[in-house]
Amino acid sequence: MSEWLLEMRNISKNFPGVRALTDVTFAVRPGEIVSLLGENGAGKSTLMKILTGVHADYDGTILLDDREVRFRNTHEAFACGISIVFQEFNLCRNLSAMENLFLGNEVTAGYGFLSRRQMRHRTIAAFRSLHTEVDPDALVVDLGVAQQQMIEIAKALAHHTRILILDEPTSALTAREIQGLFAILRDLKAGGISIVFITHKLNEVLAISDRVVCLKDGELSGEIETLAATEDRLVAMMVRRALDRLYARRRGRPSDEVVFEARGISGPPMIRDVSFKLRKGEIVGLAGLIGAGRTELALLLMGAQRKTSGAVFLDGREVTINHPADAVRHGLGYASEDRKQLGLVLPMTVRENTTLSVHRRILNRLGLISAAKENEITDRHVAQLRIKISGREQVTRNLSGGNQQKVVLAKWLAIRPHVLILDEPTRGIDVGAKAEVHKIIADLADEGVAVLLISSELTEILHMSDRILVMHEGRLTADVPREQASEQILMKAAVS
Amino acid sequence: MVLIAAYRREFVSPTNLYIVSRQVAFTAIVSLGVFFVILTSGIDLSIGSVVGLSGVLCGIAMAAGVPAWLAVGVGLLTGAVIGAINGGIVAYVGVTSFIVTLGMLSMARGAVLVLTHGDSIRAIPDSFIRVGLADIAGVPVPVVVLAVIAAAAHVVLTYTVFGRRVYAVGGNEEATELSGINVRRVKFFTYVISSTLSSVTGILFIARFRSAQANAGLGMELDAIAATVIGGTSLMGGQGSVLGVLIGATIMGVIRNGLVLMDVSAYLQELIIGAIIVLAATLDVVRSRRRAR
Repeated sequence: MSEWLLEMRNISKNFPGVRALTDVTFAVRPGEIVSLLGENGAGKSTLMKILTGVHADYDGTILLDDREVRFRNTHEAFACGISIVFQEFNLCRNLSAMENLFLGNEVTAGYGFLSRRQMRHRTIAAFRSLHTEVDPDALVVDLGVAQQQMIEIAKALAHHTRILILDEPTSALTAREIQGLFAILRDLKAGGISIVFITHKLNEVLAISDRVVCLKDGELSGEIETLAATEDRLVAMMVRRALDRLYARRRGRPSDEVVFEARGISGPPMIRDVSFKLRKGEIVGLAGLIGAGRTELALLLMGAQRKTSGAVFLDGREVTINHPADAVRHGLGYASEDRKQLGLVLPMTVRENTTLSVHRRILNRLGLISAAKENEITDRHVAQLRIKISGREQVTRNLSGGNQQKVVLAKWLAIRPHVLILDEPTRGIDVGAKAEVHKIIADLADEGVAVLLISSELTEILHMSDRILVMHEGRLTADVPREQASEQILMKAAVS
Repeated sequence: MVLIAAYRREFVSPTNLYIVSRQVAFTAIVSLGVFFVILTSGIDLSIGSVVGLSGVLCGIAMAAGVPAWLAVGVGLLTGAVIGAINGGIVAYVGVTSFIVTLGMLSMARGAVLVLTHGDSIRAIPDSFIRVGLADIAGVPVPVVVLAVIAAAAHVVLTYTVFGRRVYAVGGNEEATELSGINVRRVKFFTYVISSTLSSVTGILFIARFRSAQANAGLGMELDAIAATVIGGTSLMGGQGSVLGVLIGATIMGVIRNGLVLMDVSAYLQELIIGAIIVLAATLDVVRSRRRAR
């Protein structure tokens, strides 16, 4: 027997238009905590999705206990003791903690009737072994994020898990909850379970893991025993690419003219009293943890959700925005982080998506849609953003993530925006496209557009912004000029 | 179609083709209406009852001596008002279209029975019936009406902003809303269109049967929705064409007619039509799954 419980050898994976993984080798010993480190889009999630059978189509081999395995679906991986807890939990919010724990593995008393008593005992025992208190009958919808995570972990452990994969498990937890989670992970490790910990936070990597494996642009970029690691060495592994190539330079400086002001914005679900200003040609970063309320704030500003109080001023005049149509009319655009749900109409073509917000401008004298005008607007923005398509009639569903993002941007550029809110504009797109999107944002600002850049990548925020706002639990907790900002300052504001 | 023709020579006789084309027109007009709603990923189950109620109100008006053109207006208005009620509740209150229009199916048919006591209204002026049964250059009036409506529907869906928005709402409602489009208004009008076109068939039926009948349009939602789906319209919204709907309605009409010619019992006919609908809906799901890959 080799020292490895699991070996993934020479794994490669292509998606249409993107090479996600190239010849990656990754291994796990029994009873070891391995950190899988890398920036967003480095390929961490793809690698784990291959391991757990989500992606059955890949090149390379996987050995478990020195035997070759090839999982065709998640059930097969699960049956071999490989479990994953995703960043977005897979829980039925309308069911109780107990019902979720046994979902698909219900204990019956025969004839299909549930044995609630047995399930309750086992639920209490499972949570006790994790040193957590969760009422078995509490509905998931009423539980906090940390408790929901415990249900997910308990669910994984209930079924003879040997390798537990945690995908960004700390992103929505408080500092205390993180300490609690780490204590549990050490317990599990002592019990012989191997843990793969996916993250991009260096301090956590150093605190919890035995070994660190780092990915960069879909390739293995380093591997180190944690005892020998320092933050600097980890950063060097993560950031192989020169930063000035990834982040575009600005030609101009923002003017002093305030074009957008939000005053005392409050609204559902938890935005409270948010005020800020945007200047002409300024890029303002909006940092914060997932769940801090940044997207929710954007939806309030766009009129997609009703504000309970607050006012919006454009060029110094108060404007009423009760529907996204009002926002668009005033030159305020919002490119969502969720391209597929909130950005594109996927069955429609590049042309139809690009002109979706400017229908009034594509009519001829009879009030009918003019193909010529539509094509002209589409072609202009396709060229401007260098969108790689076979033609403007290509259906957006078939485009790569980067090109889909550019079509969303094209739609908003078509309204000739004065103010543009960009929500995670580079999430899930490959590095080349990322650099291009950064260039586009910088160019927009140089042309005088005020940009509010929402991003969870601190390096992106720090390199792109003139000024940085930080949100925490629905409130703004910091407003710092770029020169005074650092990851530490922003992180501190994001968690308190 | 070839099979039916081979089995029964009557199928290709001029008289039968004339009857089939007229029958297809009645269904196709209703199908084109519900097509708008289905494009937004909604459904309108009340169309068959709207055919009945608008026909009956139009008939009552004529029987009371109201001029025919005004009575036709009453019929169309009936459709528009019911559509506005459906659309208002679905789009602005947010109740599922399935349940709203299912309730309306019952309400409108109930109104017909209250008004007629299940009887039909026979005091229809001859002049109206003559126009309704006339030919224009050898083409029956319902087919001409269908041609006009189909052409208009095609132009609206392909060349107007409203049509583009109908497809967009069906393709991705949330993204469309966030793009600054009033999704509620778009949805509202699709229900008005659906009901109004149903009332057109309701009015044409009066001439066809020489009376306004209480059970006119009974079960027609089945044929109309089936025709739409068979014609390639996705029940998930955002996909389909006017030409497809016309083809679907023709296929449905031909099958119905063929079954009659082949002396298939009325009971068995229902069974076969039902099976075709399930098959068409299944194909729709398979098709969209393939698209998603």
